[in-house]
Amino acid sequence: MKTIVNVTLVGVGGQGILLTSDILARVAAASGKSVRKSELHGMSQRGGSVMSQIRFSDDPLAVFGPVVPAGQTDVLVAFEKLEAIRNYGMLKKDTGMAIIDDRDLVPTTVSSGAQEGLQDSIAVIEKLFGDRFKLLGATAIALELGSPRFANMVLAGALSKMMPFEIEVWHAAMRECIKPGFIDVNLKAFDIGRG
Amino acid sequence: MFNKPNLKFLSGDEAVAYGAYRAGCHVATAYPGTPSTEILETIAKFNGEINCEWSVNEKVAVEVAIGASIAGARSLAAMKHVGVNVAMDPIMTFTYTGVNGGMVVAAADDPSLHSSQNEQDTRNLVKFAKAALFEPSDSQEAYDMTREAFELSERTGAIVFVRLTTRTAHTSSMVDLGDDFGYGNVPVKEYVKNVRKYVAVPANARVMRYDAEKRLALMKAESEKSKFNTVRLDGKEVGVVTSGVAYGYVMEHFEKDSVLKLGFSNPLPLDLIRDFASKVEKLYVVEELDPVIRDGIAAAGIKVEPHDVELSMMELNPDRVGALYAEIKGLKKESAAAEEAPEIPALPTRPPVLCAGCSHRGVFHMLSKLKAVVSGDIGCYTLGSVPPLSAMDTTICMGASIGAAFGMEKAGLDRKIAAVIGDSTFFHSGMTGLLNVVYNNGAVTVIVLDNRITGMTGHQNNPGSGKTLSGEDAPQANIAEICRALGVRRVFEVDAYDLKQLEEVIGTELEVPEPSVIVAYGTCVLAVRRNIGATPYKVDPDKCVACGVCFRIGCPAIVKGDPKGRLFKSYIEPTTCVGCTTCSQVCKFGAISSTGEEENN
Repeated sequence: MKTIVNVTLVGVGGQGILLTSDILARVAAASGKSVRKSELHGMSQRGGSVMSQIRFSDDPLAVFGPVVPAGQTDVLVAFEKLEAIRNYGMLKKDTGMAIIDDRDLVPTTVSSGAQEGLQDSIAVIEKLFGDRFKLLGATAIALELGSPRFANMVLAGALSKMMPFEIEVWHAAMRECIKPGFIDVNLKAFDIGRG
Repeated sequence: MFNKPNLKFLSGDEAVAYGAYRAGCHVATAYPGTPSTEILETIAKFNGEINCEWSVNEKVAVEVAIGASIAGARSLAAMKHVGVNVAMDPIMTFTYTGVNGGMVVAAADDPSLHSSQNEQDTRNLVKFAKAALFEPSDSQEAYDMTREAFELSERTGAIVFVRLTTRTAHTSSMVDLGDDFGYGNVPVKEYVKNVRKYVAVPANARVMRYDAEKRLALMKAESEKSKFNTVRLDGKEVGVVTSGVAYGYVMEHFEKDSVLKLGFSNPLPLDLIRDFASKVEKLYVVEELDPVIRDGIAAAGIKVEPHDVELSMMELNPDRVGALYAEIKGLKKESAAAEEAPEIPALPTRPPVLCAGCSHRGVFHMLSKLKAVVSGDIGCYTLGSVPPLSAMDTTICMGASIGAAFGMEKAGLDRKIAAVIGDSTFFHSGMTGLLNVVYNNGAVTVIVLDNRITGMTGHQNNPGSGKTLSGEDAPQANIAEICRALGVRRVFEVDAYDLKQLEEVIGTELEVPEPSVIVAYGTCVLAVRRNIGATPYKVDPDKCVACGVCFRIGCPAIVKGDPKGRLFKSYIEPTTCVGCTTCSQVCKFGAISSTGEEENN
């Protein structure tokens, strides 16, 4: 059986999911893996649900399709709790692990009163994911650093602990993808997330 | 950061750009459209070797590429699938005359309509246009095929299409650019005046009609021996013909079966396919969207097996192709994920919405309030159609808003009718519709949402931006002046954030029995990043009476706060709010005001 590692990032448009997935893909590629990264742009950028997927393997002929099959995600990174629940089915049975930002972004369908919101998202997450999730105050940490925008790098730091890559490669990829003026604070966010 | 100098991690779109660069493309044009936009954005980042532009629409983009080809240059035009419709008129005739410099059209389809108004398969149009077709399955092929497309175009005289779909355009993988990567310095060919070749009047075009057919024969000979059509002979029982992104899903499931990948799929290499079919017992075709390859093979009398699993609508994925595999092999449908999955509670949906602070919000709030029938158009502002704004009655295609509004008026619809169109869409194909209203004595009220940028596709410059694709200064088209020149006498320029003014002007103009244009100006909040350092607004819970009016503007920053009886007071998320003031203008109780604190950034 060819071993493929599947990482799925989910959240809401504007949270920096595409940048995070870009960095992970570069790290995997620079570490000699065969990589595919697939994402959706466009309409979903405007506050809708967003998903990006990265698949990598040591075997150069293992990864053909760009899309992770249902129930095959090894690590699910959720930038928001409702999106974590929505994408629970992506997670690999028994071994899949989720990193979830303890953040609620209320959809306008709920704030406008058109649909019912979820009352206790933590309880639902506990019931679904059991002990296979790690809840992180990424946005809270990012706010202390000055902006909620840095939450993505806090999550990337947490993700890096579960990935078989050297920290130097992560830092190098971040320097490639992030503007020099913002790199220091992003590195700090990453290091806090890595713990 | 990679171990070889010419290895690059590229999306399919970027790889097309690199392929064009390597091939020495001289002129590149496009109108932005998801998922094709990054092709020209990438070309613009090279060192200026390729003369590139955002054209005002896809037809113009192709016409510029055609002119460049006639003059001897290698040219590329890029667009999304619906853009190909707009561009078909010049394509259908240039396919008769044939190229001088190689000409490539990069077209990106959007299966599953992630960001489009329809799901159409460009391959039908390529066949219709008697052009050659490459279907890359990943970024490496997107690079190799684009590079080869220019050569093929010059060898055969045909236009060559490189067709991507969302998953090839927006999937990134490693591309080996080759040891000799650089700009391909190909000289511009000589231009020789040739009326019989380039002037498509009937007498010449009748001759060209036969030339087009001869080119098809040349292309077919090429596709029969193309290196992009590859056969993997394995199991004799099942053979799969596939193309594009479907190839990846096929390879993941049909590991022990024979596979024919068609990278060069129009004209079909029928001899190659017939030979492949003769080596397997059962032949299947797996392709994304319409059964174009399947029908072509079947029409040639080669037997293709039917199957129950539906694959012709919406994008493919490993699970759908896996279901086909299970059907063919007689396996019990494996659904490891579905079987024991615990029940997920019903969740609220999260559709895309106008951004917090979007300059379009006020206009839709007013149109909703005035109970106007709104003929909409293509752009971010199509989101004005979703609840709670719900201020749009129809959206068809780029530029249709004005013509459709006029049609409603002609049908005698006795309501206030407004057409709403963005600046880029107005330049694309709204101006002709407006002239038609003026010429035919209509009375349509047109609202142009002018944010000086092409918003939905990620902020591309347009004629109103004052900048070209490559960032050079350009004359800034003035929409109000254009409308006056078209003969509209009632033209108004308003601040899109001034609700009072919007209500007055829109309210008046909807009643006036002659054409009017209201240009609502407000820069794109996402493009100018006003949200960094902007002062958020807040709700005073003592003043808020939970009337709910601010929920009705559909701002993602306004959420339910404290309960008050069965209703909720509103609360503004300070990290999302950019302080646009729209909610404070709709609040009748003075409960919403600025926090007055600069976000520490």
